[in-house]
Amino acid sequence: MTSRSQRRVIPVKPERPSNLSAAERGAVEEACAQLKSLPGALLPILHAVQDKLGFVPPDAVALIAAELNLSRAEVHGVISFYHYFRTMKPGRKVLRLCRAEACQAVGAHALEAHAKRALAIDFHETTADGAITLEPVYCLGNCALGPSVMVDDRLVGRVSEGRFDEIVEQARRGK
Amino acid sequence: MNGVTIYVPGDAAAVAVGADETAKAIAEEARRRGVDARIVRNGSRGLLWLEPLVEVQTPAGRVAYGPVDAAAVAGLFDAGFAGGARHPLYHGPTADIPYLKNQERLTFARVGLIDPQNLDEYLHHGGYRGLQAALQMTSAAVVECVTASGLRGRGGAAFPAGIKWKTALDAAGDQKFIVCNADEGDSGTFSDRMLMEGDPFVLIEGMTIAGIATGATRGYIYLRFEYPHAQRALNRAIATAYARGYLGADVLKSGRRFDLEVRLGAGAYICGEETSLLESLEGKRGQVRFKPPLPAIQGLFGKPTVINNVITLASVPIILDRGAEYYRNFGMGRSRGTLPIQLAGNIKYGGLVEKAFGLTMRELLYDYGGGSLSGRPIRAVQVGGPLGAYLPESQFDTKLDYEAFADIQGMLGHGGIVVFDDTVDMAAQARYAMEFCAIESCGKCTPCRIGSTRGVEVIDRLLNGDDPAKQETLLRDLCETLTYGSLCALGGLTPYPVRSALNHFPEDFRRRTPARAPG
Repeated sequence: MTSRSQRRVIPVKPERPSNLSAAERGAVEEACAQLKSLPGALLPILHAVQDKLGFVPPDAVALIAAELNLSRAEVHGVISFYHYFRTMKPGRKVLRLCRAEACQAVGAHALEAHAKRALAIDFHETTADGAITLEPVYCLGNCALGPSVMVDDRLVGRVSEGRFDEIVEQARRGK
Repeated sequence: MNGVTIYVPGDAAAVAVGADETAKAIAEEARRRGVDARIVRNGSRGLLWLEPLVEVQTPAGRVAYGPVDAAAVAGLFDAGFAGGARHPLYHGPTADIPYLKNQERLTFARVGLIDPQNLDEYLHHGGYRGLQAALQMTSAAVVECVTASGLRGRGGAAFPAGIKWKTALDAAGDQKFIVCNADEGDSGTFSDRMLMEGDPFVLIEGMTIAGIATGATRGYIYLRFEYPHAQRALNRAIATAYARGYLGADVLKSGRRFDLEVRLGAGAYICGEETSLLESLEGKRGQVRFKPPLPAIQGLFGKPTVINNVITLASVPIILDRGAEYYRNFGMGRSRGTLPIQLAGNIKYGGLVEKAFGLTMRELLYDYGGGSLSGRPIRAVQVGGPLGAYLPESQFDTKLDYEAFADIQGMLGHGGIVVFDDTVDMAAQARYAMEFCAIESCGKCTPCRIGSTRGVEVIDRLLNGDDPAKQETLLRDLCETLTYGSLCALGGLTPYPVRSALNHFPEDFRRRTPARAPG
């Protein structure tokens, strides 16, 4: 068996490239161009794409696979393995609510129920106005000051139901 | 007065309760009043219930005020806090607060004390003396020093660090790697995060020493995406270390190379398992590898790799600086040195307590922790993350020591303690342990992938009163299969919380209304 580095490079034509918008295609190509020489480049590339677009468009798979000389199955397998990578466009803000034990001990279950009721969505869903996507998260490292949530990369602790509503209100206003 | 220095933590936990707003309010208020104030964003002292904990430098030392929210700032200035005056939020000299005073801070010596991004302050407080010492020694002598210190892996498995390093040193390879496991996924733990944000240079120094000791020239910090603050802190500190010659092709003009970069995980608990982490660093699904080969012999990209937790690596500089003997004189039995313990969950005084091994759980929960936050009796504590056992009150006299915990079918893990009061439903916690395993299983081995889902179902039937004696037998049998049949600790240890809940809190598993999953 030959190792990956010795594999013969077979140019692959990405399928249906037209389904990517110009901006999406640009983001993917830029991420690949900048990062593909790194050892183990796939995760950094996926992070760069998601940082830029908010998600990894399914049609990016073939393009990334071709750039890294991987199969589409390999790229798809990685995207689907990790909870963080998403293939659907999220709301304008992603709100992650901690479900882990330390937050459970200070009322995370009740907060979770409140969040789903207040936003009228379940986990992994986006509010009707496109403002907020709700995701579960298993520990934000703020375990002495729970319950905790993270809005994009802003961490908030000691989140009561009232505080949660304020956070949602701010998020809707783009803060 | 010739300017006052005010410390407002930039630690994520402090920021999560308003430290940024507090810092802004202090700056504005000082300007308005014409007070010449220099604000330093330090790490957290670890007295998290007091966050944002603001400190003022006085001629007699630093004095503490907390918790200080933005609204309290004007009142503090009115009371004269810029001069260290008394106020209802005043706690006296920070170093004299008993919670902090009674600790033995070795690894966390500088956390909360210094400006984490200021390399000169790091040097002034003893930084890089460990690396200087290591550069004067042979590789074998550095490894021997770490072995003699008794340092064991602080990530949870408690494997002697020196032996791992020796294996990597002796392994032949044209390229070797140092990998830092910063995928701190256990609930109830935040010491890695606090250290990376509060003293990033100590981790960089520890990894550099590991590189010098084993002949590795490249390091990776595998950091979970949930820690964006730590990511920024590490990247800034790494850039400074490069600019000042502490990283790169010629570390401190020694002729030795060490390069370091941060890589982000993507929300997979299993990537805290070392072989999954290596797969992930290679750009693949984070699936567990078979061992052997050990990572120290065939690790990242098939090369000899030392993979250690943040706290393990960050404890190395002080060992090289002060000597193996100094470090091993802390602790008990085979658990040498100190452990940064994290008090979390339903606890009045949550935070970080770094102490020599040997403290009892009771001392931690009541003397340090002050009992539960809710004021209700503490019913159970989970030690060592989601795979750790639940301890009932009758086990609170257990000493914090790796072997003592193994004796009671538990594990100390990464030192996280999650406290629950008497409103906890232990059957729901057992169910959650199985559910968590199902969500986070990498899917490679059957006991973990399938067993966890079956575990949730069996617990549901048990709680439903559907032939409970039979279901309990089945559940215990399933736990046995997971323990002995799983490839790694995720499946192998999930039975710990389940069985301990079942053994110590059987009353919670008796028939009642159909079980409700958390959420």
